[in-house]
Amino acid sequence: MAPDLTVNGEEPAVKFSNIEIAYGKFVAVRDFSLAMRKGSFVTLLGPSGCGKTTILRSIAGLVDISSGEISIGGRRVDDIPIYKRNIGLVFQSYALFPHKNVFDNVAFGLKYRNVPKADIARKVSKALEMVRLPGSEKKLPSQLSGGQQQRIALARAIVFEPEVLLLDEPLSALDANMREEMRVEIKKIQKQTGITALFVTHDQEEALSMSDQIVVMNAGAVEQIGTPEQVYETPATAFVADFLGKANMLAGTVSAVDGLRAKISLAAGQTVTVISPKALVPGTPVTVVVRPQKLPVGSAATTNRLAGRVVSTSYLGGSAIYEIDIGGRTTIRANTQINGRVAREGEAIDVGFDPAGCVLLDESGRRIS
Amino acid sequence: MTKGWTLYDSRLAWTLVAPVLLLLVFFLVLPIAVMAVYTFFTFVTAGVEATTLTLANWQEFFTDSYYHGFLFKTLRVGAVTALICGVLGYFPAYFIWATTFKHKWLLLLLLIVPFWISFTIRTFSWIHILGEQGIINVTLLKLGLIHEPLQMLYTEGAVIMGLLHFLLPYMILNVYVSLESIDRTLIAAARSMGCTSAQAFREVTLPLSLPGLGAGLLLCFVLAAGSYVTPQLLGSGRDALFGNLIYDTIMGQLNWPMGATLSIVLFVVLGCFAAVYTRYMGMSQIVKGLSG
Repeated sequence: MAPDLTVNGEEPAVKFSNIEIAYGKFVAVRDFSLAMRKGSFVTLLGPSGCGKTTILRSIAGLVDISSGEISIGGRRVDDIPIYKRNIGLVFQSYALFPHKNVFDNVAFGLKYRNVPKADIARKVSKALEMVRLPGSEKKLPSQLSGGQQQRIALARAIVFEPEVLLLDEPLSALDANMREEMRVEIKKIQKQTGITALFVTHDQEEALSMSDQIVVMNAGAVEQIGTPEQVYETPATAFVADFLGKANMLAGTVSAVDGLRAKISLAAGQTVTVISPKALVPGTPVTVVVRPQKLPVGSAATTNRLAGRVVSTSYLGGSAIYEIDIGGRTTIRANTQINGRVAREGEAIDVGFDPAGCVLLDESGRRIS
Repeated sequence: MTKGWTLYDSRLAWTLVAPVLLLLVFFLVLPIAVMAVYTFFTFVTAGVEATTLTLANWQEFFTDSYYHGFLFKTLRVGAVTALICGVLGYFPAYFIWATTFKHKWLLLLLLIVPFWISFTIRTFSWIHILGEQGIINVTLLKLGLIHEPLQMLYTEGAVIMGLLHFLLPYMILNVYVSLESIDRTLIAAARSMGCTSAQAFREVTLPLSLPGLGAGLLLCFVLAAGSYVTPQLLGSGRDALFGNLIYDTIMGQLNWPMGATLSIVLFVVLGCFAAVYTRYMGMSQIVKGLSG
């Protein structure tokens, strides 16, 4: 069954309907559907080999889909050749033409759209201004730094106003400082131009900070689609919880139920209280997922107090990350504001969490909702 | 740069390079030097020369158009051969690069297979193809398309054919290596911006493979212009190249001083071509380096 992919009744800018991509017997992507609102920034997030790049390449026309449909602005594109798709592509390796100067690189897409010469010059200089490299027309790519090359690549991809901008891990070849700067810049330019963007990354920070919508993928299938807050706060599966922000996962069994409140006996031995979105049945196995940021320690731990011992401390200035052994071979990771003294390794420490500050997963690793 | 640390120990380096250096000095540099000296010796009679220094040999070379004709012809045959090699060789190289065939190494191996058979034997084989009793003439005669054998062997065409046969693998390998160094995402980028595959070839693949094509052209030109066996076996007296002229002067007329002069001429002319060309090519090499 094809899912309803209209966004608030409006035709989506990009639509994938039940696509499958297979290389021989290996299925790289299965039953992938996604609707992208016009002007939105959507990120495909997942570990390497999860199929995210394959999906990007499929809309670009660099890989064929085995079944399903891809459309851009209501126009089906999966059966038309790459050069007629009107997409802007930014590669991880920049892929600037080394034998052409910046002007010719940026003008490339305009030239093949039969834009008059005078307009080309005007548009190129406007695009270069947008990426904050005005006046660099005569330079060769080799004379630019990695960050500058990626800006030129971005200018080249947006100058002909494509319907979709595809970004294939554009930040991973840059060093850490540059990456942060480019992240902000890409987002700004995307907002400014109102272009619909599909961004591929394995970096959860990039995904959380840039996206309107995140598609978390694993092993060729979608795990969850949602806003950054949704996927972070209410992960749909154990995979999402673990991949985004390394959540603590405490296995246990429901021991008592009082309405939506339930007592869970943890495998580690303790009992905690949680508030579940629906009434639980005593005896069912559940996993309690708690973000490291939602685990106050010491005197700040007022509810669900678990006694433990600090295994390691990472001091981060304003906050600290503690690995706390709570017994039963279970270690909890708490990322907490420092108030008072930083606890050292080996020290006894209490850690707790709010009954409502957790997510519950069922036996198959799906969120109970 | 890290101070006080090099990739090699210089004494060890010299020790390891010394054997090759000695070989080159004794068997290449010295003989050429001796030959250069010979060009100033006086030719007395066949097989006899006097060590009296003279400019007569050089004067003869510079004033006798007989030699100039041979030199121009040699350069022309070399250039034509190199150009045909370039045109014919680019396509197989492109095919080997572009194919999705799993066993690419096999295709590359096929290029090297001809080298397993002696070059002379490969050249001789053309006699059985182009000769009066060769396969082409016999077939055409049997079919009644011609009534007397065509003169194909001992022509300039046969010489060029033989040279192509010998040089094509060099061209293909050169072009292939330079194609292989092209980042394929560049082609994907060009396609995504609206290029058909032919346009992407013209905009990206061809310009970025020019250094390999250029290197192949130089190699083929120098090897063709310096060839001796091929024109000797497949050409008539009229189709002889400069190499055959040198052979004839030294072995036939036993005029060593003139032979040495002609050898130095060919050496210097081809050397200059290579030097000028490499310098010019150096520019494209830089461009090629940028794609890495």
